Formats: sequence, structure tokens, C-alpha cells
Amino acid sequence: MIKTIRPKIEFLSKEFIQKIIDEAYDILEKEGVFVENQEAMRLLKEAGMKADESTQRVHITPELVRDSLSSTPSIIKLYDRTGDKEFVVGGDHVHFDPGSAAITIFDHETSEERKAVSEDMVKFYRLTECLEHIHFQSTGIVSSDVPDLISDSYRLFLGLQFSTKPVVTGTFRVEGFKPMHDMLIAIRGSENDLAEKPLAIFDACPSPPLKWSNLTTQSLIDCARAGIPSELISMGMTGATSPVTIAGTLVQHTVENLSGVVICQLAKKGAPVIFGGSPSSFDMRKGTTPMGAIETMMIDSAYAQIGKHLNLPTHAYMALSDSKTNDAQAGFETGIGAVLAALSGVNVVSGPGMMNFESCQSLEKLVVDHEICRMAYRMIEGISQRDDPIAKNLFEDFTAESQFLSMPHTRKWYREEHTLPRIIDRDTYDYWVSLGKKSIADSASEEVERLLKENPPALPGEDIVKELQKIMLSDARNNGISSLPEIKTQ
Amino acid sequence: MSEELLTRMEKAIVEGNKEEAEQLARESIEKKIDLNEVIEKGYVQGIQKVGDLWEKGEYFLPELIMSAESMKAAMSVLKPEMEKAQIAIKSQGKVVIGTVEGDIHDIGKNLVSSMLSANGFDVIDLGADVKLEKFIEKAETENADFICLSALLTTTMLGQKKVIEVLNEKNLSDRFMVLVGGAPVNQKWADDIGADGYAENAMTVVKAAKKLMEK
Repeated sequence: MIKTIRPKIEFLSKEFIQKIIDEAYDILEKEGVFVENQEAMRLLKEAGMKADESTQRVHITPELVRDSLSSTPSIIKLYDRTGDKEFVVGGDHVHFDPGSAAITIFDHETSEERKAVSEDMVKFYRLTECLEHIHFQSTGIVSSDVPDLISDSYRLFLGLQFSTKPVVTGTFRVEGFKPMHDMLIAIRGSENDLAEKPLAIFDACPSPPLKWSNLTTQSLIDCARAGIPSELISMGMTGATSPVTIAGTLVQHTVENLSGVVICQLAKKGAPVIFGGSPSSFDMRKGTTPMGAIETMMIDSAYAQIGKHLNLPTHAYMALSDSKTNDAQAGFETGIGAVLAALSGVNVVSGPGMMNFESCQSLEKLVVDHEICRMAYRMIEGISQRDDPIAKNLFEDFTAESQFLSMPHTRKWYREEHTLPRIIDRDTYDYWVSLGKKSIADSASEEVERLLKENPPALPGEDIVKELQKIMLSDARNNGISSLPEIKTQ
Repeated sequence: MSEELLTRMEKAIVEGNKEEAEQLARESIEKKIDLNEVIEKGYVQGIQKVGDLWEKGEYFLPELIMSAESMKAAMSVLKPEMEKAQIAIKSQGKVVIGTVEGDIHDIGKNLVSSMLSANGFDVIDLGADVKLEKFIEKAETENADFICLSALLTTTMLGQKKVIEVLNEKNLSDRFMVLVGGAPVNQKWADDIGADGYAENAMTVVKAAKKLMEK
């Protein structure tokens, strides 16, 4: 059989990548980056870097960057809640997870955004659990019925109960790490078991241009020491917080990510780090940050290529839309993004379900986007030979009446060669009319209901639930919060 | 006065040519021209044209910000001279502006700040992550007309509400007009919290503020 090739897209030549990396190294050494965290500053100084405490600027030498890159694993293995199912983050493996962290949920009934509450989060996690082509869950919605002080740990608290999938999450406060770490340990059994089989990825966003805040830096350090992968979310906005040219933004992106890699490796050699981001093309008319802009996706694909060149696992915010409703824009921006991400071999793709500039999650959109993910996965499987000869034997004794529907060859291959969507409309016109002229958003809404009805919550054992509750309550009390919303599991 | 000079001033602003705008300001001081007229008939004409070009969709944020900065540059040459000569500078109103506590995002706020100042408002920019009490304190000492509150996060936009509440408690709500803005802010929110105005971008802020001053 002829080997199947994996379709791929690359925006940058080797020469171009090298030039971007060279400029990034120059900036790291000559201009440096800002690190607003004392421990990281101490680590960088101990490594011999020139640092100025008063301006919080630190210069990083090419030697340290190279050294840090060489100790960063090129592949990370994540495991689901049971610890049995393994996901390889690296190479050209692609894993979609819902975009996070939305502050509103799109209400299909009213066609309006509204604040999300715990019940919405539970539905969101349960739905993610049901969607096979969304490999990871994310703590994608911030709930408005718990105080902001504990909204980071609370997201994870619910996510770990209602989905078994590995989780993309992150802290909103320095103190948030401990309860969140404790929850993950509660699932695995011990700190070592968790480091052995990571269950979560923590996002850490530098502030563009070239700054690591105290919170994000602390997250890098804490995660590195706990063996939790950090996902570096650089997010320059072209012409506003990063250079206006795509290549210029790639240079800044590389500087920010490399400095993140260095901090992680200084905190613990061998710490898992993901070369990621959420940069965007800045709209010069509206002053907004369109995630669905084609230039945003070009930046994403290109930095993923740089990340791969550096032998690191990669991440991007793709497969999402800026639309405010589940319309054509929501579909095409998400579709183009998912396809480009898959063709670029981005390892962790955060986006499905998301709309309105990363601020809103929609359960219906998540179900539609799941169909898009299914298509993207099929596409990167490529075209296989399957048989030898390919087909000429099927034409033996061919007549004018011959057809393929009844051939064993058809039955043998159709399920592998062709995907069967659940909610994409492929009806005849008359049948579509007879069903009530439903839009894809309407069909998706029904599918959400069906999935939640037919699939009971994937709760962990009672002991673990109790332990999670204990950790969450203690975190709440430490923040002066005496009670938590009651969770209905059905 | 030379018409040509005024036209060049207008052009410098429209083209966002900072050096030229500064140079022309110095020239008008040397030639002892009526500086208020220089501002009104020269530079302000330019910034109005910039506004028109924005409305028409020909100008975008980079042009806007460069024109505003050229205006600022010219004014920083003219202002000390006018103060020295005790010439009153016509002000459209006094504004205390900042991004509310807990929010470090200031691109939008800076843009609004620049556009207000380019359009003749006296702007006191408190920066980002500004303590709520500080807005009121500064507005009182400066005797401001407006307090402009920017917020990018839904969590921090509550700060806008708090400022208005404190103003009400202190019986200061008639003294200052409050304008709110930022990505998550909309007219409904402004109405809900009792703000005097809301603008969705830096250009409409200028209009909203001017309109409120007429009241």
C-alpha cells in the first residue's frame, strides 16, 4: 500500500522561522522582558541573568534560552480522570477543547447573552463529556453565582465532577493554585501520581508587550514544580500591543513564549510547557480583537510552526467566532479556524463553543462546532489507498446497469471513508420543510437536550466528590464565603 | 494672519505630522499671531476634518491616534506661551479619566483621553488600576465637569457602579457628569447604574461630552 500522507499547511519557510527566532533571541538579550514576580527574578538572577529590580526588567541570554529549550519535553502525555486513557500532546496530534473563559452564556431561547450560573456550567461540562471529537474539557465559563474571589477553583471543582476528560484551566489569583492543585491530587491519589499522569493544563497569559505579571509568573512556577503543564498564552494585538505586521507579531510572540519557557525550566528542569497563545489581528476601525479574522488564524498557524521548529508542544485559540449569535459567521469563522488548526497540527486547539471575542460560550455552538471538529479530524486522516488494486477490480464485468450500493466493497469501507454528521442538514428540501424549517442552531438545541437527557452525569466516586467538596468549602471559607450554590446533578 | 499658515496647521493635524504641527506652533509664537485664532481656525479645523474622515470610514485608529498626538504636541507648545501671556484658553470642559481599580487595560482609555484632549477638553488622566476614591477626590480638587470611567472586564465594570453610588452618597452626583465606557459596557448598563453618558468608541465620546456640556 502507498503510505497515506497527512495534509499539512505551512506559512513560513525555514529561513523565515530562523530570522524570527534570531530577532527574538536578540530582543531577549538586549531589551529583555519585564517580570513582576520576585521568585522568578531571583531564579533568573541566580542563573546569571542581568536584572534590574527597580524596573523589573531582566535580560535573558541565548545560552539560557537554548539550555531551557533542551530540557523542555517535546511531548506531554495527559490522562483522563480514570488515569487509563492517554492523550499525546505533541507531534502533529490535534486535540480540541472548548474555548475559555467565557463570562456569559448564549441563551438559545431568548437569543441573548446572559450571565452564567452553576447550573449552566454543569450542563456545559456534561455536554463536553458527550462530544467525542472534543478531546479535552476546559473550565470554559465563569459562574456569576459564586464570588469572583473563588471563581477559578470553583470552575475546576465542577469540571472535575461532571467530565472525565483532561482539563484546560488556570488561576485567577496567586492563592488559587493550592486548592486547584489539591483537587487534582484528590482525583489521582497523590502528588506524585498527579505529576506522573497530568490531568490538567494551566493557562498563563503574559501581558503584551513583553511582560509577565506576578499572577501568571507564579502560576508558571507552581505548575512547573507540580509537574502540571503550563500553556503559554501570548496575546499580542497587531498594531496595538504588538507590531502591526504578522511577522512582527510573531517575533514578539516568540520572545514572550521563550521567556515563559525559561521561567518554567528555572523553576524545575524538565517542566512541561506548551508553546501557545491567543494573539489577534486588531481591528483598526472598531478597536476590537477579532479571533475569526483570517490574519489571526495566519498568526496562530505560523507561531505553531515556530513552536514545532523549537520542538515544543503547541496550542492556539482557533475554531471560534466573533459572531454574537449562531449564524453563518459563527460557522464559517469556526470552520476555517478548525480546518487550519488541524492542517497546522496544533496540539491543543481552544475554541469550540466560543463566540463574541472569547467572552461567550454557547452550548448549541459547541454541538455545531463538534461537527466541524469531526470534519477536521477526517480531513487530516488524509486519503488512503485501502485496497490493492485501488478499484480496477470493481469494474470487472461492468455493465450499463452496474452500481456500487450493493457491493461488499461499499459496505466494507463507507463508515471509514465517510463521516456521518448528526445535526448537519442533509435532508431533501421537502423533508426539511416538513420538519419545520429548522436552522442548525435549532437542531443543535434539540441535540443538547437529547445528549443531556440520555447521558447521566459522569460523577466520580462518592469519596472523591466529598474530598473535592471539602477542598472547595475550605477555599471558600478562607475567603470569607460560607456557602456554595447547591448543585443539581440532573 | 496668513491663511497659508492656518491651512498648513490643519494639514499637519490631518496628516498626523507631529513635527510639523509643533514647528508651526513655534512659528506662530514668533510671528506673534493671535494664538486662540491659531487653535480655532488652524488646528481645530484639522481635528474636525479627522473626525469627518473617521465617520466616512476613510480614517482608522492609527490615523486617529497620530492626529490626536500631533494636536497634543502643538498644544504643549502653545499652552505655556498663552499662560505666560495670560490668554485664556477656551476649554470644552474638564475631564478626570482612568481605568477603574483592578483593571490594567488602558488602550481604549488612552484613545478616549487623546481624542478628548485633541478636541479641546482639559484632560486629567489618572492612568489604569485607579482607586475609586481617587476619581472623586481628583474631580473635586480639579473642579472637573466629567468623570470618565473605563473598564475592560466584567468584574471591574462594577467599579463604575460603585463610583456613582459614592457620588450619590456624598451628594456630588449633580456636580459631576459620569461617562462610562469599555468593551463590556453598553447603554443598558449605563442606564442601569445611572451614568450620564456612554459612548461606544473614542469618537462618539467627544460628541457625547460636547452634548452634555450644552445642557
